[in-house]
Amino acid sequence: MEQQRSSSGSSHSPRSSSSQPYLSISVTEPVKLGNGVQAYISYRVITKTNFPEYQGPEKIVIRRYSDFVWLRDRLFEKYKGVFIPPLPEKSTVEKFRFSAEFIELRRQALDIFVNRIASHHELQQSEDLRTFLQADEETMERLRSQETGIFKKKPADLMQIFKEMQTRVSDVVLGKEKPVEESNPEYEKLKNYIFELENHLSEAQKHAYRLVKRHKELGQSLSDFGKAAKLLGACEGHALGKAFSDLGTKSETLSVRLQKEAHQLLMNFEEPLKDYVRAVQSIKATIAERANAFRHQCELAETIKLKEINLDKLMLTRSDKVGEAELEYKELKAESEEATRRFENIVRVMNEEIVRFQDQKTQDMGIAFHQFAKGQSRLANNIADAWRSLLPKLEACLS
Amino acid sequence: MMGSENLDSEEAHMYASREEMENLVLDEPSNNNNGTKSFSDYRSAMSSLADTHHPLSSPMAAPADSDPLLTPPPFRDFRNPNVATDNSSYIEPPSYSDVIFSPFDENAVNEINGVDSPGRSSDSSGFLSKSTSSSSDYVKITVSNPQKEQETSNSLVPGGNTYVTYLITTRTNIPGHNGSEFSVRRRFKDVVTLSDRLAESYRGFFIPPRPDKNVVESQVMQKQEFVEQRRVALEKYLRRLAGHPVIRKSDELKVFLQVQGKLPLPTSTDVASRMLDGAVKLPKQLFGESVAVAPHEVVQPAKGARDLLRIFKELKQSMANDWGGSKPPVVEEDKEFLKKKERMHDLEQQLSNASQQAESLVKGQQDMGETMGELGLAFIKLTKFENEEAIFNSQRARAADMKNVATAAVKASRFYRELNAQTVKHLDTLHEYLGLMLSVHGAFSDRSSALLTVQTLISELSSLHLRAEKLEAASSKIFGGDRSRIRKIEELKETIRVTEDAKHVATGEYERIKENNRSELERLGRERRADFLNMLKGFVLNQCPQSYASVKRWTIFFLHL
Repeated sequence: MEQQRSSSGSSHSPRSSSSQPYLSISVTEPVKLGNGVQAYISYRVITKTNFPEYQGPEKIVIRRYSDFVWLRDRLFEKYKGVFIPPLPEKSTVEKFRFSAEFIELRRQALDIFVNRIASHHELQQSEDLRTFLQADEETMERLRSQETGIFKKKPADLMQIFKEMQTRVSDVVLGKEKPVEESNPEYEKLKNYIFELENHLSEAQKHAYRLVKRHKELGQSLSDFGKAAKLLGACEGHALGKAFSDLGTKSETLSVRLQKEAHQLLMNFEEPLKDYVRAVQSIKATIAERANAFRHQCELAETIKLKEINLDKLMLTRSDKVGEAELEYKELKAESEEATRRFENIVRVMNEEIVRFQDQKTQDMGIAFHQFAKGQSRLANNIADAWRSLLPKLEACLS
Repeated sequence: MMGSENLDSEEAHMYASREEMENLVLDEPSNNNNGTKSFSDYRSAMSSLADTHHPLSSPMAAPADSDPLLTPPPFRDFRNPNVATDNSSYIEPPSYSDVIFSPFDENAVNEINGVDSPGRSSDSSGFLSKSTSSSSDYVKITVSNPQKEQETSNSLVPGGNTYVTYLITTRTNIPGHNGSEFSVRRRFKDVVTLSDRLAESYRGFFIPPRPDKNVVESQVMQKQEFVEQRRVALEKYLRRLAGHPVIRKSDELKVFLQVQGKLPLPTSTDVASRMLDGAVKLPKQLFGESVAVAPHEVVQPAKGARDLLRIFKELKQSMANDWGGSKPPVVEEDKEFLKKKERMHDLEQQLSNASQQAESLVKGQQDMGETMGELGLAFIKLTKFENEEAIFNSQRARAADMKNVATAAVKASRFYRELNAQTVKHLDTLHEYLGLMLSVHGAFSDRSSALLTVQTLISELSSLHLRAEKLEAASSKIFGGDRSRIRKIEELKETIRVTEDAKHVATGEYERIKENNRSELERLGRERRADFLNMLKGFVLNQCPQSYASVKRWTIFFLHL
């Protein structure tokens, strides 16, 4: 994802600190460590930067998946309203198998994750990011085990939150009365859009994944067919036998080509689609945060009203609790202002983020479609060339 | 094919979206939606032949709008008998749902092959009607119009038995037939009779195997489906018979195709007469009198109740062949033949394997096309959605990109479908030849049973001679002769003579069958080579233009981005 990296700064020369600011990160060299159930993958994270806050121009650390999760959770806590870049799924089953493909996909996704953070104007300032990129492994481990963010909640809880979100949105759409929702029609539209978008994208991604599988299967069939053709050719004599044998060999060659294309399709088409889906899911989490903030603000507003009434009552009765109540009232007022500020900040940030998100996604998908078309075009070309090369021989046999 | 998903919902979804797909405005000038509907009855060959797209013609002449599915087909004279090697014609693919939803099994393949292929069935020489014959004669058989009829003879069940008859129409220019077109009605039992009589008359030939009786299926399957399946199978069978250079001239076939009313061939199930015969012979056989096998009987293998003794003797002989210490008097000496038999066996194995792999290749292509189509549809829906909900320009831009991908994917899906329909046609040659192996087995077993008969007769002769010698030796000891013994010797000598005759005939039969085997093997080899080469060429050619067109398609899309 060169695009991601270069957007954080144009020059890549690590030596001159007077040039454009840049922060460029690589996630590389996945290594399997540990045994059996305890097994995990560690990655080499190489940071090249000229940001003054960083310890030096280059730093290499070793990180594992849960470290990335920690970073994501911290950012989610601190930068409310920002669409935090999504992480690849925490797989529980595939982990045991750790196929080469899985490892490479994960590495790529983590690389993209961390570079997106680095190119986000707010997120790139994050102290947690600096910790993640520079801290030694022991410190990282300590921090990791302390984490109690929203994503530490069990997936079931998370699903619950999302489900609540969904019902709340649909309730509003259906016109049912439900407490404390924003009555912002534009925002409603956005929420609907996000939820529906996820459905559409998931379907497309599912089919893309199946297409990858089809390429693999067709490749396998071609290979089997090629072998069978060769064996059949061995039964026949001379010209015919040779023809079968040539066909068989060509089949096997095309089989390899198809497997390659399947891999390309997975990496350059299906994975970006999946990434898109994850991004949308991350937005849903932000939507939930905004709802929380809004609810909090409303609750405080309610509480303040009550306190006001109570305070007036107390003042009328000249109770000695007035002082205490006034203090409470002032505190609440401050809290309420804080909550309102936080909420409004989220709204503002989200508005910026949505524009950025749409632009970015158009770019990303444009590349993915381009790759898809290129891949299919090349494949078709190769297939045509391969089969066509057999024709002269076959013609010769027939004459 | 749909994997673990709920087939119904997916099907419903796909049916609805199939309409969507067919009605897509895909920037094609000749977007003729009605054109696709006219392809539904692909069996009426006259009206729905697709455009002949010769693959070696310039593929650049095939821009996006000449999608064969959407352009109406011109009429094509499929009766041209010498179009044998033109395997490059498109048969329009079955309607979308047939290919997608019917499980890929023999039925689908049969259905697809039921189409009158100009290059295939009009020329009837050779096994598979592909290799040209030197003459331009042809026999074209069609089976159609199944009808239910009532059994008129008294049966045990009141109300009578119903059975199905089929209209069998023959068009030919071979002299010796009544005119050039004629029809008869036949039932399946008649076909069985025909097949049995042919098997008797043409021992040693590679007689195409007849369709199965399918007793279970006929009860279990839907009547219509079963009748249709059988119709297709019958047509195939009769065409193969007509395609055999020797059998097509047979009286049995002529009579079957021409004689109206009841089929004038002796049926195999003439139970009564056989029983009677058998009953007459049985006591003689049981009491061990030397019942000689009549010479005229040895031209048929021993079977059934009539030939009990003969069966027993031949069985004894075959066991002696296998387990006995001494070599049988006459053996299969033809080393050439034995070698060829080995090769046939090998060939059969590899054909079976190749046939299987061909099927899974076709399935792979089919699945690919399906998934492409589904992907395209999903993107179309996304495009619509983005366009409807668009707030930002970037969304519209994205929607436009997506639409291009969707369009390309949908087209790719259609091309895979067409590719597959043709691939099936070509690779079907493998299935056909695999089926033919059955007739080869039949011919070889004719040979071995004829040999066994000869061997048995020779053994019998030698034991008869032995008995005669013993009797003569014993009788010569008595002065003046032993009248009863002399009588016995006379009888024995008579038996020996008859048996000698039988042996003579049996040996002649055996030699005849051997010669049939030889000539058939040679013919099989010749035709197989030609058919296989055509198959390979057709298969390869087929893969090319598809890919050419799709290269163009992807490249165009590619440039638009």
